[in-house]
Amino acid sequence: MLSWNPWGWMMMMCFFVALPCALLGVYLILRRMSLVGDAISHSALPGIVVAFAFVGDLSSPWLLVGAAVAGVLVTVLIEQIHRRTRIKQDSAIGIAFTSLFALGLVLIRFLVGDKVHLDQDCVLEGDVSHVAYAKIVSMFGADVPDALIPAGIVAIATVILITVFYRTLTLSSFDSGLAASFGYKPGVVHYALMAVLSVVVVAAFEAVGAILVIALLILPGATAYLCTHRLKLMLVLSAVHALISSIAGIYISVYFNGKESAGVVIAGTLLFLLAWLVGPVDGVMVKAVQRRKNTLDKSELE
Amino acid sequence: MSLDLFHYLALTLGQKAPIAAICVGFCCGLLGCFVVVRRVALVGDAISHAVFPGVVAGFIWSPDRNPWMIFLCALVAGLFGVVVVRAIVSSTRLKSDAALGIVLASFFAFGVFWNSTQQLAGVKGYLFGDLTTIADGDLWMMTGATAAVTTLIFIFLRPFRVLSFDEGFAIGLGYPVRFLNALFFGLLAFAVVVAMQAVGVILVSAMLITPAATAYLLTDRIQKMMGLSVLIGVFAAVGGWWISGLDNRLQTGPVITLLASFIFALIYLFAPRHGVLAKFLRHAGRKSRVHRENTLKSIYRILEGEGFKVAGVGVEQLAEVRKLSIEDVLKDGKDLVDNDEATWEEGKTAIYLTSPGWRRATEIVRNHRLWELYLTDQADYAADHVHDDAEKIEHVLGADTVRKLERDLNFPEFDPHGKPIPSLEATLTMEKTIGKQEGTGY
Repeated sequence: MLSWNPWGWMMMMCFFVALPCALLGVYLILRRMSLVGDAISHSALPGIVVAFAFVGDLSSPWLLVGAAVAGVLVTVLIEQIHRRTRIKQDSAIGIAFTSLFALGLVLIRFLVGDKVHLDQDCVLEGDVSHVAYAKIVSMFGADVPDALIPAGIVAIATVILITVFYRTLTLSSFDSGLAASFGYKPGVVHYALMAVLSVVVVAAFEAVGAILVIALLILPGATAYLCTHRLKLMLVLSAVHALISSIAGIYISVYFNGKESAGVVIAGTLLFLLAWLVGPVDGVMVKAVQRRKNTLDKSELE
Repeated sequence: MSLDLFHYLALTLGQKAPIAAICVGFCCGLLGCFVVVRRVALVGDAISHAVFPGVVAGFIWSPDRNPWMIFLCALVAGLFGVVVVRAIVSSTRLKSDAALGIVLASFFAFGVFWNSTQQLAGVKGYLFGDLTTIADGDLWMMTGATAAVTTLIFIFLRPFRVLSFDEGFAIGLGYPVRFLNALFFGLLAFAVVVAMQAVGVILVSAMLITPAATAYLLTDRIQKMMGLSVLIGVFAAVGGWWISGLDNRLQTGPVITLLASFIFALIYLFAPRHGVLAKFLRHAGRKSRVHRENTLKSIYRILEGEGFKVAGVGVEQLAEVRKLSIEDVLKDGKDLVDNDEATWEEGKTAIYLTSPGWRRATEIVRNHRLWELYLTDQADYAADHVHDDAEKIEHVLGADTVRKLERDLNFPEFDPHGKPIPSLEATLTMEKTIGKQEGTGY
């Protein structure tokens, strides 16, 4: 019934990749852990490489498992470094993720070899366009490219998880002490979030690469953060950001004949700049107007 | 260090890679100290990604690949990234971690996009970096940049030091903080662009952070830290280059990073003061000392209850007072005996304090009761609230503090609960009687 053109599939792929990133990114920003997302996206590499060396198939779900393990491992490493010594969290992040990333790069050469498309290039940039050439399979009465399916599953699973654990997640993000006193386990929540984040990052890996995924994680949440004080609205806005930037991004990349994944991030950046200027809560212009009004009010009083 | 010397070395060695490695290790190691101490470690990461559009611009505007032109463009892009980070943090509620992430990824995306529309060759080579394929021009630039960074750091060592530890204090001293910050982040961008060509865009952070963090675990003085950091950085860079030559599948950048991380791991575990092992041992030692002292205190209390008429305490009696099983008490007793603070009666049914044990027990009880009195008399605590506090402090009060407490409390004889505070003379006499009893084989 649906016969979309390749660009339509690419937009959908980008959205499926961007949506879970956007939702998790909201919590990363609230927990001030944006750069842990950076660390996880880089550290997923050795997990993927080792898993690939065992199963020998780039589309195997075991790769997600390997990446999740590596993602949790890097958060553990970061905590072990900055809790047990006087090294601060930012340095600990830097040490942990560069080590794991370097390990991944070395392991690629030894375990994978040059036969497979798993190299620095795909780590840095990723590629969405393969969706357009992927095998078409039939699903729920619609013909969809098979590359879309895992991304779609991850996106839907993330939305469900966040809806189900909304209370726990929110409470432990804002006040882990209170969450603990209510009987939730902030530590478990923390590591579960990191594991889900790793899976999401890896699902996005092939499409956008390890670095651009950071933009997908942080930009929507940051944009929404400048627009509202309410968490639910922030989640919705970040999802909207993901949707708009996926569609606009493909248009941009077609217009300039550039890389699709980078186009999506550029569209997202433009939205962020817009929010920075005119965002209703924290926009520069809105605040300037408010300041002006305040001074006027004062002069009226006098 | 003149540039000619480096060039001469390069010619004699016949290889440019080790010279480049030394430059990178030196430059990053030096600057990394301030970066780690200032807690801006990931600014280097953001800069290294933000230079991408600059590199693309350099490749477009300088078709003959002039390294200085590319370097300049990259530098400008990196600095612009830092400016944007600061602007986001100062004008919105977003924290620096989010601002860094935004700049890092969006600048990089812009670079990727621009590069993909132009289809330039060689840009990615610049980003991934490789020591072994470094060109003459790049090497010159590296040595020049290293010399410049080093000179400037040493000229501005004092203000940088103040700025790193306490920015407010630097403002108070009248330093031009804005200028110094601009200079600092300028140098950082400089070093990042230099190191990028050797180890690649992502692993620059490793060169910047890991050696400095390692040195941070070894010393408390910034000069010493800078020296150690440079040593570790140069060692990792040169050693990593050498190791990567052993197998042609090994790339220089990752190997250098892994070597630096390995050194960090060793220091993390085994550093004399800040190492995890040293901390663990110190903690365990303190814990067992406190435990022993608590046992001694219980023995003292039992003896006090008996009016000091007997010298030994039965194991069962001790177990009852301490609310422990006989096995546990036997273990505690063994700890005391191993430390020469007590001796067993034959058959391990009772325990006697030796002179050092007796003295330590008196000291602890004395600390405890003095502190209780201090809290009630001088700090207006209720008498029934002071015990728990004294339980903790008794183990850490030193001789000087005890003397000061005595003076302040006018050499008291009784604690708030009416129990006598054992004095030093009393201890000495008790020791004599105990000694006698031991002598008589009681």
